[in-house]
Amino acid sequence: MSPPPYLFIVIFLGVALVFPIFPLILAWMWRRFFQPPKPGAEKNATYECGVESLGEAQIQFRSQYYLYAIIFLIFDVEAVFLVPFAVAFTGLPIGAFVAILVFLLLLLEGLVWAWSKGCLDWAR
Amino acid sequence: MSDIDEELRSELQRQGIWVTSMQELYNWGRKNSIWPLQFGLACCAIEMIATAASRYDIARFGGEIFRPSPRQADLMIVAGTVTKKMAPQIVRLYNQMPDPKYVISMGACAISGGPFKQGYNVLKGIDRYIPVDVYIPGCPPRPEALLHAFMELQRKIDEQKLTGAGKAAHLDRTHPSEFPVPAFGAHDLEPAANADVFRPMKIERT
Ligand code: SF4
Repeated sequence: MSPPPYLFIVIFLGVALVFPIFPLILAWMWRRFFQPPKPGAEKNATYECGVESLGEAQIQFRSQYYLYAIIFLIFDVEAVFLVPFAVAFTGLPIGAFVAILVFLLLLLEGLVWAWSKGCLDWAR
Repeated sequence: MSDIDEELRSELQRQGIWVTSMQELYNWGRKNSIWPLQFGLACCAIEMIATAASRYDIARFGGEIFRPSPRQADLMIVAGTVTKKMAPQIVRLYNQMPDPKYVISMGACAISGGPFKQGYNVLKGIDRYIPVDVYIPGCPPRPEALLHAFMELQRKIDEQKLTGAGKAAHLDRTHPSEFPVPAFGAHDLEPAANADVFRPMKIERT
């Protein structure tokens, strides 16, 4: 008789649960019986490089940075999509081809716009 | 956790049975995985870097994982001149390290101010604010000296007790884990030393 086909998933699930929970229980017991917790203002501080933090973390960024976002999309994210596109080019259905063309066109628009604004000039 | 009879233990060991106690297991694990905090203050830090690099290779002692965050570090190697501007940050970093934590004071500067002891802006020893476990003299101490200090620290950890009256400081509920951070005063850091930690040497003249 062969074992049920999903048995190994059940075993895997059991191991996956025990593996993290056991050390957590061990750590909890260690704290309970041996090492008393000693929290403190600095130990619990969010920032951890020895300097006291100033002000709020939720600050606003200058909206001028959108230029970098656009250029990043064009030159980085686009390349990531283009490589698998080129590799799978011959086997692509027409729908996928059109979809990627639309995507390219959208980014191309951004490129033209950034170019015409002079963002690609070295002198800036 | 009563002590195991040494003869019985070696007898058992010869038969292939390894007997240990929780305390030994705990200390064995801790002393072989001391992770230092990654920061250097002055020229001594170069020697510390050399100790971590391949020629001296602190990895042989389980201390190669220099942590960039105090949250993950066990050991603070104060390697270099502690200026009064830097001292509050060092104490704060020490406070942010989780227990158990240890400090090695590396070089003449970290011990006493060293060649800059007369300087207006140099702290005359980091042990004024935080408890130091091992001192290494020298200017700078060679990597071998740092390794020696590391081994001394391992020996110290190995002897720490898990229970009882003389148990390790981090297991003692009354022992503080954070120390007051000095502030900039008009002329000096205030307070100039933490009176609970700092025991200045007494000069006895007869
Ligand atoms: S003890 Fe010497 S080598 Fe070390 S930081 Fe001070 S001056 Fe530099």
